[in-house]
Amino acid sequence: MSLFRTELRRLSKRRFTRYMTLLGLLVLAAVVVGVFFTNQKIDAGQLAQAERQADQQYQEQMRWSEQERAACEQAKTAGTATDGRYPDDCSVITPPPREEIKAEWFLPSTFDFKETFAETLIPFAAILALVGFVIGASFVGAEWSTGGMMNLLLWRPKRLTVLLTKLAALLTGILAVTLPAAVLWFAGFWAVANFRGSTEKMTSGTWQSFMLTGVRGVVLVLVLTTIGFALASLGRHTAMALGGVVAVMVVGQFGLGILLSMASVRFAEAWLLPTYVLAWMTKTVTLQDWNSCNATYYGECKPATMDITWQQSSILLSVGVVVILGAALWAMRRRDIS
Amino acid sequence: MPAVLEIEGLRKTYKSRRRGTRNALDGFDMRVDAGQVHGFLGPNGSGKTTTLRTLLGLIRPDGGRMALLGHEVPDALPTVAGQVGAIVESPQFFPHFTARDTLSLLAGAGEVPAVRVDEVLELVGLRDRSGERVKTYSLGMKQRLAVASALLKNPKLLILDEPANGLDPGGIREMRTLMRTLAESGMTVVLSSHILGEIQLICDSVTIISLGRRVAFGPVDEVLAQHSSGAVRIRLEAVSDLPVATEALTQAGIRVTGHPDHLMLAGVDKPASVTRLLAEKNLYVSELAPIAVDLESVFLELTATAPVPGQHRQVDESMKVGGTGQPGPAGGGWGA
Ligand SMILES: Nc1ncnc2c1ncn2[C@@H]1O[C@H](COP(=O)(O)OP(=O)(O)O)[C@@H](O)[C@H]1O
Ligand SMILES: [Mg+2]
Repeated sequence: MSLFRTELRRLSKRRFTRYMTLLGLLVLAAVVVGVFFTNQKIDAGQLAQAERQADQQYQEQMRWSEQERAACEQAKTAGTATDGRYPDDCSVITPPPREEIKAEWFLPSTFDFKETFAETLIPFAAILALVGFVIGASFVGAEWSTGGMMNLLLWRPKRLTVLLTKLAALLTGILAVTLPAAVLWFAGFWAVANFRGSTEKMTSGTWQSFMLTGVRGVVLVLVLTTIGFALASLGRHTAMALGGVVAVMVVGQFGLGILLSMASVRFAEAWLLPTYVLAWMTKTVTLQDWNSCNATYYGECKPATMDITWQQSSILLSVGVVVILGAALWAMRRRDIS
Repeated sequence: MPAVLEIEGLRKTYKSRRRGTRNALDGFDMRVDAGQVHGFLGPNGSGKTTTLRTLLGLIRPDGGRMALLGHEVPDALPTVAGQVGAIVESPQFFPHFTARDTLSLLAGAGEVPAVRVDEVLELVGLRDRSGERVKTYSLGMKQRLAVASALLKNPKLLILDEPANGLDPGGIREMRTLMRTLAESGMTVVLSSHILGEIQLICDSVTIISLGRRVAFGPVDEVLAQHSSGAVRIRLEAVSDLPVATEALTQAGIRVTGHPDHLMLAGVDKPASVTRLLAEKNLYVSELAPIAVDLESVFLELTATAPVPGQHRQVDESMKVGGTGQPGPAGGGWGA
C-alpha cells in the first residue's frame, strides 16, 4: 500500500505528467468551445425558411430533369450521336424524390445531442488514450533509463510486485483524470446542445447507450495507457515505446495500407488497427468493397459490405494487452538489471 | 563473529551473441564479519560491481551461494532488503526531482519515517541544497545523495560501490569519518574503492579480487604481513663502514642494495640475525627498520597490475589465480 501511494505521488510530481495532462485537457476544452461556436440554435422561422429553400431546390431539379428528358427524346428522334450522354431509355431521367432534399442542407449546423453526442466520444477517447500512452511510457521509461528503477528494486526486491504496483498507480492516476473529464465532457456538450442546438428526444435508452460508449472510451484509454507502459518497460526507455508505435503505425499500417490497396485486397481496412479502434467506439464499422459495386446510371450503388464489430475489437485489444504486458512482466522477472 | 555477508563459489557469465561469453565471476568467495569496515578491492573490470549487483538481486548468478545477515539470498531478499543499504556503481537519479523529493519517495516506498530524510541530508552535508533539482548537482553531490539514499533505511549492512567517486578531498575525509562513526555504532560497511590509501586508513579487513576470483583476504595488517618481503633498512654509525657491512651481509646470503647513507636488505627473516652478524664484525647499527609495505603495493603485486614502463596494460590483463594468467611483473612500488 505504501508503495502504491508512493508511486501515485511520483506520478503526480512529474512535470511531464502534469504538462501532458494539461495539454490533453486543453485540447478537449478547445473541441467543446469550437463546437459551441460553430453551431447555432434553430428557431421556427429559420426552419420554415429552410423548408422553402428545399422546395425551391426541388422545383429546380424538376425543371432540369424535364429539360434533360426533352433533350434526350429529341436526340433520340433526330438520331444524333449522343456519345453516351443520355441513357437508352429517356424515361429514367427523373428528378430526385422530394424527401431526398433535406431542409437541414439549408440550415446552419446545429448540435442535436441525441444525434451527435456519441460521435464526440471518439475524439474524447482518442485524445485521452494518446495522453495515457505517452504518460504511461514516460512514467516507467524514465525510471528505467535514469536508474530509478534499480534504486527502487534495492528497496523492494519483488520485481513483479514493483512493476504491477507502478502500473496500478498509473491506471489509477489516468482514471482520476479521465472520469472527471468524461463528466465534464457530457456536461459540456449538454450545455452546447442547450444553447446551440437541441436536447430533445432523449430517452433512457439513449442515455444508456451514451454511457456504454463512454465506458468503452474509458476502457480504450486504460488499454492504451497499459500498452504504452508495457512497451516502455520492455524496451527500458520511453523512446522505445514511442519509437515502437511510430514504427508500427508508419511501416506496419501505412505501408500495409498502401500494399493492400495496390494488391486490391478486398476490405483492406480490416487489416488496419484504427478500424478496430473505431469499431470499438461505434460498435460496428461497415466496410464497403467499391470494386464489387455495379453502379448504373440511375440505380444506387450497392457495394459488398463487411461488418467489424466491437466484439472483434475487444478480442484484438485483449490479446494485445495480454501479449505485450505479459512480455513486459516476463522480461521484468528474467532479465538482469544493470 | 557472525558473518554478515557470505559468498561461496559465485559464478556469473555474461553471454553475448557477438562476443561470446565472459566469466565475470569465476568461483568468487567473500566473507565479511559483523561490525567491520571491509574493503573490496580489484582492478577495473575484475567483477566488483557484478558481485554487488548479484548480491542485491539485480542480476542472476550462474552458480554459488550467497547469504546476507544470515539469510540465503536472493530468495530471502525481501526479508533482508530493509536492513541492507546499498549504492551500486554511481547511481543515477531522476534528474528533475529535488534531492528531498528523491529521498522522500524512497522513504515512502520503504516505509521509513519522513524525519529520517532530514537526518540523512544533514549527515551527508546536503541540507541546504536539498531543494534543488538533482540535474543541477555536481558529481560529488550526486554521490553524497547516493550515500544518503543508502543510509536512509538505517541499515545493518551498508554496501557502497566506489563511494569516493567524484568527492573532493574534504568530502573523502568526511566520508572516512562518517564510515568510522557508522562502524562504531555497529553498522557493517562494505566498500569498494580504488583509492587504496583510503582503504588502508579506514578498513579493518579486505578482499582483493582479480578476474572474478579472490586473490587475498583478511585483516589489513595480516594481508600486509603475508606479502611483506622481509625488506629491512639499516644505517651504521659510520657511513664509511657501509662497504664492509655489504660484504659481510652478502656472504651471509642476504641481498643488499647500497645507498649513499644506508643499505636496503631483502629476504631477511629475523632482523636480530642482522644485528648479531654486524656486531661480530664490530659494526654498530644505528637504525634498523623493517620496511612496511603498503596496500597499494600488495594490491599491484597480487593483481599483477603494476605499470611496466613502455607497456600499456589492457583491462583484463591481471592476475588469474589457479589459471595460466601471467605472473606479476616484479619491481612494483616496494619501499616506503
Ligand atoms: N552487462 C554486462 N554485459 C556484459 N559484460 C559485462 C556486463 N557488466 C559487466 N560486464 C563485464 O564483467 C566484468 C566485470 O565487470 P564489473 O563487475 O563491472 O567490474 P568492476 O570490478 O570494475 O566493477 C568486466 O569484464 C565487464 O566488461
Ligand atoms: Mg565497478
